[in-house]
Amino acid sequence: MPRKPRLAVFKFASCDGCQLSLLDCEDELLALAGELEISHFLEASSAVQDGPYDLSLVEGSITTPHDAARIREVRRQSRALVTIGACATAGGIQALRNFRDVREFTRIVYARPDYIETLERSTAIADHVPVDFELRGCPINKAQLLEVLVSFLRRKRPNIPSHSVCVECKRRGIVCLMVARGTACLGPVTHAGCGALCPSFHRGCYGCFGPAESVNTPALAERLEQLGVDRGHRLRLFRSFNANAPEFREESERHEQ
Amino acid sequence: MSSSESSEPGKSKTIKVDYLARVEGEGSLYLKIRDGAVEDAKLKIFEPPRFFEAFLRGRDFREAPDITARICGICPVAYLMSACHAMESVCGVRVDGQLRALRRLLYCGEWIESHGLHVFMLHAPDFYGFDDAVAMAKAHPELVQRGLRLKKLGNAIMTALGGREVHPINIKLGGFYRAPRRRELDALRGELEWAREFTAVALARLKELEFPDFERDYEFMGLRHPSEYPLNEGRLVSSAGVDEPISRYDCVLREVHVAHSTSLQSRRVGGGPVHMGPMARYALNHDKLPPEVQQLARDAGLGARCQNPFQSVLVRMVEIAYAVHEAARIIAEYAEPDAPAIAVEPRAGTGYGATEAPRGVCYQRYTIDDAGVITDCKIVAPTSVNQAVIEEDLRVFAGARAELPDEQLRWQCEQAIRNYDPCISCSCHFLKLDVERV
Ligand code: SF4
Repeated sequence: MPRKPRLAVFKFASCDGCQLSLLDCEDELLALAGELEISHFLEASSAVQDGPYDLSLVEGSITTPHDAARIREVRRQSRALVTIGACATAGGIQALRNFRDVREFTRIVYARPDYIETLERSTAIADHVPVDFELRGCPINKAQLLEVLVSFLRRKRPNIPSHSVCVECKRRGIVCLMVARGTACLGPVTHAGCGALCPSFHRGCYGCFGPAESVNTPALAERLEQLGVDRGHRLRLFRSFNANAPEFREESERHEQ
Repeated sequence: MSSSESSEPGKSKTIKVDYLARVEGEGSLYLKIRDGAVEDAKLKIFEPPRFFEAFLRGRDFREAPDITARICGICPVAYLMSACHAMESVCGVRVDGQLRALRRLLYCGEWIESHGLHVFMLHAPDFYGFDDAVAMAKAHPELVQRGLRLKKLGNAIMTALGGREVHPINIKLGGFYRAPRRRELDALRGELEWAREFTAVALARLKELEFPDFERDYEFMGLRHPSEYPLNEGRLVSSAGVDEPISRYDCVLREVHVAHSTSLQSRRVGGGPVHMGPMARYALNHDKLPPEVQQLARDAGLGARCQNPFQSVLVRMVEIAYAVHEAARIIAEYAEPDAPAIAVEPRAGTGYGATEAPRGVCYQRYTIDDAGVITDCKIVAPTSVNQAVIEEDLRVFAGARAELPDEQLRWQCEQAIRNYDPCISCSCHFLKLDVERV
């Protein structure tokens, strides 16, 4: 019998939400575990095996010198490395520190800042090591995670579209919130993957999946301004869970005073 | 991963687990035993810092729920709800009626999901002697499969109300972006009916487990509400007589920054460590459980309080039964509200929010200005409160078992930590320390 592919899950600075998405596949989990050997998944199992691994899922961003070294070791141990979620693909919400002084941050949160060791910036995994595939979202969509796992097992490229949330709205027949209600929405510039979730709940997209491919953020910002969204609000819209993704970062900086 | 070493043969030994498994987030265990006595017991937490309290400053008050949700993917509802309540209290808004009921329903979903995850996938394997739920499923397929089905129900409730299970998108100050339609909630009724039966079956199975003989006289702390088992609201009370409004949280509990841990630890002012979470809620609010849930608890051999942390698995199951019961009640009584939310306009001031996360009280305090800009905030996760009590448990527990073979002692100590379902990812305070190597 051929050996089962070995799966590992690693965590860096994150909330655990993206790896939890794997355990949230309640219907598929046991079947998946039959096809893959779960060799390293601390949140779920005490059985921890050494590498190398055939596929490593990496959650979280790099924020400490220790983690910057650890991700290189993970890369060495992994035949394929897939990053899961906004933390791993763009630095996550903790990348808000990149726009401020981290020493000041430390003093705000901790009585004894001298106990703390941290990097000035929170960065994506791909800033440190080569990544084979990036799955977006804060959190990732679990159907997309399954697509990645199954594609890996079948040795094909995952079918993850890179168009915008707008396209998903059109597909679902959701009336455009911006046109119909004048709601601020990042749909035109945000990567698909959620299935236009917020618009289906009458909420404007707030950018969990980060920038889509070749987007025109200045045009959207201008449209938002016409809708009466003030400068500070525009800045914050682009500066949240994917603040350090280059397209969003540059756009938010355009709205700084 | 784990190791033990003797520096003076026969006299002193160290038991370490560098990366704890089946807990949320990253922590390690360190135990030093000399002459059969525990000299040092530490649950070390080394999540990297994420600085939520710092970068929330300057953000708009309406953003706090979605941003703080990202502290923890396992209990986002707790953060969403505590943030909403805190902001609403600053702005003088009270959410009532069906909107309040829907918030309770959302919270029931999180309890079922999070407790279900812990009971069946993280904690049960300890008792049955497996490394994980997948291995356990081979020997006990029906238990694991039905446990997953129960967990899925919790997720289905969160998805119906919140749009998705991790970081729901439909929650905002004053209520929801869109109120669920009757039929969307009715669709959950069948599974809730099934879950009502299954929780009884599961409790009957779990009570047969072998629990280490270990009880402690904890100071239990949690919320207490005049008419309901606490989820979103209540006063901060303890078994040692604390009874204060949540706005006095900071006077009741003090945080200390200890070097070995990357989280700030809390102690009661004028007291010691306190115990939060299912066992505390149960002890403080047993009388608020509906009679049929009280009966389930009795059938499982539980009295009005439980002081053996290993039996928290039973208490969690009782709380799942309660959440299933409460969810069914809310859905049966649901009428679509006129508006999905009430307006919340900013006004300068300080507000407090404390709600019962699966692991205990999630506390948030915000100060905002007239324009709604956050100028100050504080967030305390229940695990940073429980950390001190976990270390005490370790000391007492391992002290009585110092003679056990290392492997067995290590396994049981890990289990003693997992009793609390620690959520180390609730890392708003957590930072990276160089772990001391002994
Ligand atoms: S991307 Fe979002 S959901 Fe995923 S780990 Fe980071 S904060 Fe959590």
